[in-house]
Formats: sequence, C-alpha cells, structure tokens
Amino acid sequence: MAVATAVPAGTWTADKIHSSIGFEVEHMVSTFRGRFEDYDTQLVDGKLVGTVAVPSVKVYDENLEAHLQSPDFFDAQLHPELRFESRELQIDEDGTVTLDGELTIKGTTKDVTAKGRYMHVEADMTGGERIGLRLEATVDRREFGLNWNAPLPKGGFVLDNDVTLVVALELVKAEV
Amino acid sequence: MKVLGISGSLRQGSYNSRLLRVAAELLPPGAELEVWHALGDIPPFDADAEHSPPVAVTALKRAIAEADAVLIATPEYNHSIPGVLKNALDWVSRPIAANPMRGKPALVIGASTGMFGAVWAQAETRKVLGALGARVLDEELPVATAPDGLDDHELQARLADLLRDLVASGAALMRAA
Repeated sequence: MAVATAVPAGTWTADKIHSSIGFEVEHMVSTFRGRFEDYDTQLVDGKLVGTVAVPSVKVYDENLEAHLQSPDFFDAQLHPELRFESRELQIDEDGTVTLDGELTIKGTTKDVTAKGRYMHVEADMTGGERIGLRLEATVDRREFGLNWNAPLPKGGFVLDNDVTLVVALELVKAEV
Repeated sequence: MKVLGISGSLRQGSYNSRLLRVAAELLPPGAELEVWHALGDIPPFDADAEHSPPVAVTALKRAIAEADAVLIATPEYNHSIPGVLKNALDWVSRPIAANPMRGKPALVIGASTGMFGAVWAQAETRKVLGALGARVLDEELPVATAPDGLDDHELQARLADLLRDLVASGAALMRAA
C-alpha cells in the first residue's frame, strides 16, 4: 500500500461495511468497548465532519445500552447526536495523522486532537480509489458531563474517566 | 403538561397526600397534577411475574409513561422508604431497559410529623429513581412538623420553585422530542 502526504481533495464518504466508530474505557480490570451503528461522516477537502446517533450505541447488553443513553451518560433524549468537525488534516511522510477539531458530546464542545494513520490505495477491485483513516482521541468523559461511576468496596471506581474514541474509516470518493 | 403525583402513604389522612394537593395548587400554568390513588392495589413484587405483571402494575406503568414528569411525596418509616412505595418502584423498574421512569423528570418531596421532614426517605427515593434511570432533580423538600408545616409560606414558595424546575425539565424534553 502506498503512503501519501498530500491531503486528499474532494468529498469522501465512509464505506460503512469496512468502517467503525466506537469507544474504549477501562472497566475495573479490562478494556470495555462500545460502538455506534448509525453515523454520517465525510472528508471534504481535507476536513473531516461526522455526526453519530447516540441511540445507535451497541454493547453486549440491552440494559447497559439503555443506561448509556440515560442522563447518567449521553442523555440521548436531550442530546441525540455526537458531532466532530475537524480542521485541516495533517499527514506526515510516514502516514502518521494529526487531526485537530471540535468534539461535541452532550451539548458540550471541546477541542480535541486525534492521532492516527493515513492509508491510501489508488485502485480497489473495481478501480476506485480508497482512503483509510484510523484515528484515536482520548477525552475525560466528565468534561462532557458523563459523570456516572460506582465505588468499589475496597477503594477505587468501576469505570475510568479517560475514554478513547476509536474511529476507523474506509473512505471512497463520493458520487458527483 | 401532565405531572403524575404519587404519595408513599396509603393512610386516609396522609400528610404526604395532602402535600400533593398543596403542590397541585402551586404548579406553574399549563401543568396539571394527576394523583395516583391505587398504590395499595399493587401486590408484593415477584420476579417470576415480571413478564406478565398484575393489572395494577401495568396501570401504574402506563400512567408514568403517559406523564411528562413524576412527583413523589413520601413519608419516612424507620429512617427509610415506605415498603409500598419501594415495592411499586421495584415493579415499575422491570424490565430495566424499557422501564417508564427512564429519562423521566422526577421530584421527590416529603412530610413528617417530626423535625426532619422525611429527609432520609427522600434521599433514598432519589437513589432508587436514579437506578431506574429517571431524570431526578437533586433537591429535597423536607416538610417537618406536619400538618402545621404544610402551611408554611416559605416552604410553599420553595415547593413552587422546585415544581417550576420539574416542569421546565419536562418542557425541555418535549422540545427535544
């Protein structure tokens, strides 16, 4: 696979079969992961804009999905959407990516910096060009008002406050 | 906007039922209180029956689902929540993911004949409602020395403020829907 450093021009949209948007957080002794099934993301002239539907959160338990949507966490009733809007994508020669942008969760907007890698193929099986973006950004969930926690009997808490958002996008050129 | 009022006391002359009637008069314009009178019809919680709950439970769950906000007035028995109220909330909570209190604005108030105004029962009721996923106002209204305390003007002004916050929380949800 070739690595390029030029910011790709034009409008690119996610191939959802090969893309994912999720989060990771330490839960007592291990890493807990969740994902969002419904999202809309575009890379337009080097700027990434994405929205995520909170009610589409998926974990392995429906009760936990409901809890994640409650006021303890995302409060999907009042804030049904997460939003990310980036500034210009920066791609180093080795494909390392730095992406600054504004992240909105639960009505609070904060600057975040995502790090990751950029990949590119000139032609897939049908000749189309593809861009890969893998991005990670760690935020303190309390800054967005996701404050729930539970103390453990001998000290400490069930859930870490640092949450890593993990985005893997396989982008194809939008039909014009 | 409809606020469902639940008194945690079954007693005919209950001060908490009376507190709900005071609250009904203090609600902001456009909001009305519907008081739930059938708490005593709810049988003891039985997890074996949670998928086919008794009629009284289904009716309470429907009333909560149809309300825009819930107001609970609770007495305090032995420093805690009355069994009938906790029992009803246990029924309402099942299944937890789809329970009608989830995301529902809720305010807990309480009256007692003593000096403390059911303050512990209120705290524990807020905790239980939080477990159900309700949008619980983190406020309390201890009405001490009932029934005289019910007539206190300062207390009624504070109750009116809390009811305004409760209704505002319900209105915010209606706008977001």
